[in-house]
Amino acid sequence: MSKRTDSNGYTLLFAIGMVLVVGSLLAFTASSLKGRIDANKKIERQQNILYAMGVNDNEGGSLAFVEKSKVQSEFSKYIKKQLVIEGSKVSEDNKAYLIDVKKQQTSAKAGNIRKLPLFVGEKDGKAFYIAPIRGKGLWDAIWGFVAMDKNMVVQGVFFDHKGETAGLGANIKQRYFMDDFAGEDLMNNGSFKGITVAKGNNDPKNEEKNDNEVDAIAGATITGDGVSAMLKSELRQYVPYFKTLK
Amino acid sequence: MGLLSKKDAKLITDPLADNNPITIQVLGICSALAITAELEAAIVMSVSVLFVLGIGNVVISLMRNIIPSKIRIIVQLIVVAALVIIVDQMLKAFAYDLSKTLSVFVGLIITNCIIMGRFEAFALGNKPWQSFLDGVGNALGYGVILIIVAFFRELLGAGTLLGYKVLGDPIEKSGVYAFGYENNGFMIMPPMALIVVGLIIWVQRSRNKALIED
Repeated sequence: MSKRTDSNGYTLLFAIGMVLVVGSLLAFTASSLKGRIDANKKIERQQNILYAMGVNDNEGGSLAFVEKSKVQSEFSKYIKKQLVIEGSKVSEDNKAYLIDVKKQQTSAKAGNIRKLPLFVGEKDGKAFYIAPIRGKGLWDAIWGFVAMDKNMVVQGVFFDHKGETAGLGANIKQRYFMDDFAGEDLMNNGSFKGITVAKGNNDPKNEEKNDNEVDAIAGATITGDGVSAMLKSELRQYVPYFKTLK
Repeated sequence: MGLLSKKDAKLITDPLADNNPITIQVLGICSALAITAELEAAIVMSVSVLFVLGIGNVVISLMRNIIPSKIRIIVQLIVVAALVIIVDQMLKAFAYDLSKTLSVFVGLIITNCIIMGRFEAFALGNKPWQSFLDGVGNALGYGVILIIVAFFRELLGAGTLLGYKVLGDPIEKSGVYAFGYENNGFMIMPPMALIVVGLIIWVQRSRNKALIED
């Protein structure tokens, strides 16, 4: 190292220069790509909602969403209504799928009434009620969409996560885990019970659909508990609305 | 090798065996532990590290004469973090599905000690081309171990490879499961990554006595 680069003045100048260059580079990248990234996120959300109600390109054991180019038309074809539930008030809003669940959770904590989005879909003459949910896994956020019928029996789910361990907790977005939820009843004898991701389950093929349990993933206890807690606390809030459907 | 001089070629081949970053330098153990439960994750991580380490080493090498020594570690950290974030944003905009797969690894790449280790030990004192080769070599050496560990963990722990059920179906009792074979659930737990790495180190040192320290 030459003497010049060891002086305090040079070090300070270099640090300032570096921060300016890197900072503006990152800001430029972020702002110039923001439009595209947001568009991708919108498409993803529509794909996830459609996936939960069974509109997807799954083949055999593979997981595939509706193609990107078709999402827009499929979404308007299958999703008949987008509702926003605020307390006892229910309104329609065709941008409800863009409601940020995380922000609503924070504002509910501050004492405000939470806006609960609910998407009403129809496929082959059958009605689906799809609710977005969000919770905590082991490392970071987990979220998903749950499609139910009007009696709160699960018809399909989609889960995703930000940073669960690959091969363990990350498997909540695998078909073998998500498919288990279809047919499970969230209610038990008329009251809301949720669905527990249970270890030591005697029913690994999940043939019992009224036990409010699905089989857990080995090595992913905390992520699984997070899924149980998320289903319970989020879907409970929709119970009053489902009561009005009867 | 016609393309590379003997000395340059050693920069690639050394880290693959006798100076492997994981088994000899014992760097990057944390990520070897975290993402080797599945072969696919290990491959994705190896490719990402190859990319970041190759380019990062060149950037640091180009800057080696102007980086003040007092703050060189911070400068290295900024370079790798900026590089990873820019790549992540690009992928989110142009290859969203790929970015979903990679998002888990972003944090692991930035904190991977192999990257900082190579910046500090090699790129700061060598020319860009040599630094590039060193980066590629070390990333390959890292990737080889990651893939070997993940191969055994996924095969013995889950009975699959890249998600395909190569040993049959454990619930339907087909394939080898029909003979009473069971998956070893302990293989997908993190401690087994360390034990498998330990076994690799053992095999490597028993084959090459020069590696054994007093």
